[in-house]
Amino acid sequence: MSDTVGAPRGPQRGASAHGGHGTEADAAYQPVFVGETRAKLEKLFEQYPTKQACLLPALWMVQEQRGWISERAIGEVAEVLGLTPAYVKGVVTFYTMYHTHPVGRHFIQVCTTSPCNICGAEDVVKAFLQHTGCGELGATSADGRFTVIEVECLGACGFATPVLIDDDFHESVTPEGVPALLQRYK
Amino acid sequence: MGYPHPPHPKETVVLSKHFGDAEARTFEGWVTRGGYEGLKKALGMTPEQIIEEVKASGLRGRGGAGFPTGLKWSFVPKNDGKPHYLVCNADESEPGTFKDREIMRWTPHGLIEGVAIAAYAIGSERAYIYIRGEFTEPWRIMSAAVEEAYRHGALGGNVFGTGKRIDITLHRGAGAYICGEETALLNSIEGKRGNPRIKPPFPAIAGLFGMPTAVNNVETLAAVPHIILRGAAWYTGLCLGNPKSTGTKLVSICGHVQRPGNYEVTLGTPLKEILYDMAGGPRPGRRIKAVIPGGSSVPILTAEEADATIFDYEGVVAAGSMLGSAGMIVMDDTTDMVYQIMRLARFYAHESCAQCTQCREGTAWSTRILERILAGNGKPEDLELLLDLADNMTGKTICVLSDSCAAPIVSGIKKFRGEFEAYLKKLRQPALVAV
Repeated sequence: MSDTVGAPRGPQRGASAHGGHGTEADAAYQPVFVGETRAKLEKLFEQYPTKQACLLPALWMVQEQRGWISERAIGEVAEVLGLTPAYVKGVVTFYTMYHTHPVGRHFIQVCTTSPCNICGAEDVVKAFLQHTGCGELGATSADGRFTVIEVECLGACGFATPVLIDDDFHESVTPEGVPALLQRYK
Repeated sequence: MGYPHPPHPKETVVLSKHFGDAEARTFEGWVTRGGYEGLKKALGMTPEQIIEEVKASGLRGRGGAGFPTGLKWSFVPKNDGKPHYLVCNADESEPGTFKDREIMRWTPHGLIEGVAIAAYAIGSERAYIYIRGEFTEPWRIMSAAVEEAYRHGALGGNVFGTGKRIDITLHRGAGAYICGEETALLNSIEGKRGNPRIKPPFPAIAGLFGMPTAVNNVETLAAVPHIILRGAAWYTGLCLGNPKSTGTKLVSICGHVQRPGNYEVTLGTPLKEILYDMAGGPRPGRRIKAVIPGGSSVPILTAEEADATIFDYEGVVAAGSMLGSAGMIVMDDTTDMVYQIMRLARFYAHESCAQCTQCREGTAWSTRILERILAGNGKPEDLELLLDLADNMTGKTICVLSDSCAAPIVSGIKKFRGEFEAYLKKLRQPALVAV
């Protein structure tokens, strides 16, 4: 069916032009689970009968600090939780919110699933791509400021179009409202 | 109430009474509004009494399956010496559904109360609330509320001085629709990929960490304190003729209506009243074409079918669909049904966990076939091919994700076949560019 493939789609979430998982030099890597972060994780251990159950929370801690989850970070998480790096990588790549490559300073997720789609979500995406200078989905703007992706249902269908920028949830975003919204993210 | 709109006289406001009232979010605000009385009363009852009361109320799962809540709890073994777990499913991701989000945003303590009562009823000292990763605001509000509840002795090792222990941990998802399936959710808490498990064993016997577990939806648990406080008879009295469907239901309405939002109705209310009276009906000059009544996973109804539907578990089945999560997606005559069905198929293809062949291949190929139809390259046999694929995707997999993908495709082709044929016969301009 290669002759009939339909909608043009941007690169998959977290993909890079080089493919594969993002890497960083060994020497440059600073461990995440030290000091306060380590203490926070230890505290979490008390709330679960296994250390493995702290995998998703631990990955969130890495992403909050570093913005993405590198191969080295996966190795560190594996070591801290007593898992193998291959296992951790299998989990990281299952969940779409974990970035396996660096993304823009501000990560913009626009819902385009049916309920928002029929209310004009694809025009909101176009406005973000245009005003951020990202040009295409999944790409980061030249100044490193933004990455824009389409996401499946954000669970706020009555407030079409919902947009998640970093940890800020915006409701009822219209194409016209995009420039002013972007002003808030330097 | 129809947040963000004022309450409509035809609503029955119980769970949504404090939507939009930020003061109800705090512990003190909640107590002032009669909060935590349900939990206090429950702690004076035996677990068996609580389960019997909830059974008698007729409360059924509000996440989609509609399984009787008290019965589910009664399956958890008693005095087996094992730790038990109560898990609250707050992974609300079903397209069209945004009710649990508002419960967590406005009445976090109401949910905590419900979770605590359920945990006590099934002999669980540790409960987990699994909140989808994208719900950043509900996460912040719930975190603050749990912390407050501990500070005021509503959680912890000595709940309200009764000597009983109930701990709640919030667990954040990371972007996976499938984790709303209860066994996938359990795997996700355990630090695994969110693949659904083969049942049996059911969670009540071997659930989280292999221990007896009850998994309940946010809205279900939020109803529990009201039932305990006001009694099962009050709840069964919230009924419009069908004793199998009692109580109130939050209906999320979105799409092409004048007042999208959450409306709380007594089960048995005519769908027409929700659609036209509460949500205001179609936009001016428009006509409703289709209604998906229970979240994107249920069969599509035509406007005529929707108008004749009684909105309760049995009524929506009789109309040819399902109540599901009561996330109602309304589409008017501007909607390209083929395009929207493709978008839904794409959603399921994106969200398939890929462990079952029928789902992994079926959702992806259904999407591609729909895309080629939209691109003007459809083949005359494509509709039969889609229906054949859908047949192989229904009732043959570990969970119902692939069934959910098949539902809008099958009902869409059946009810809007002309729109598909218009693309096939090139009577309509392609909506997608062929690559």
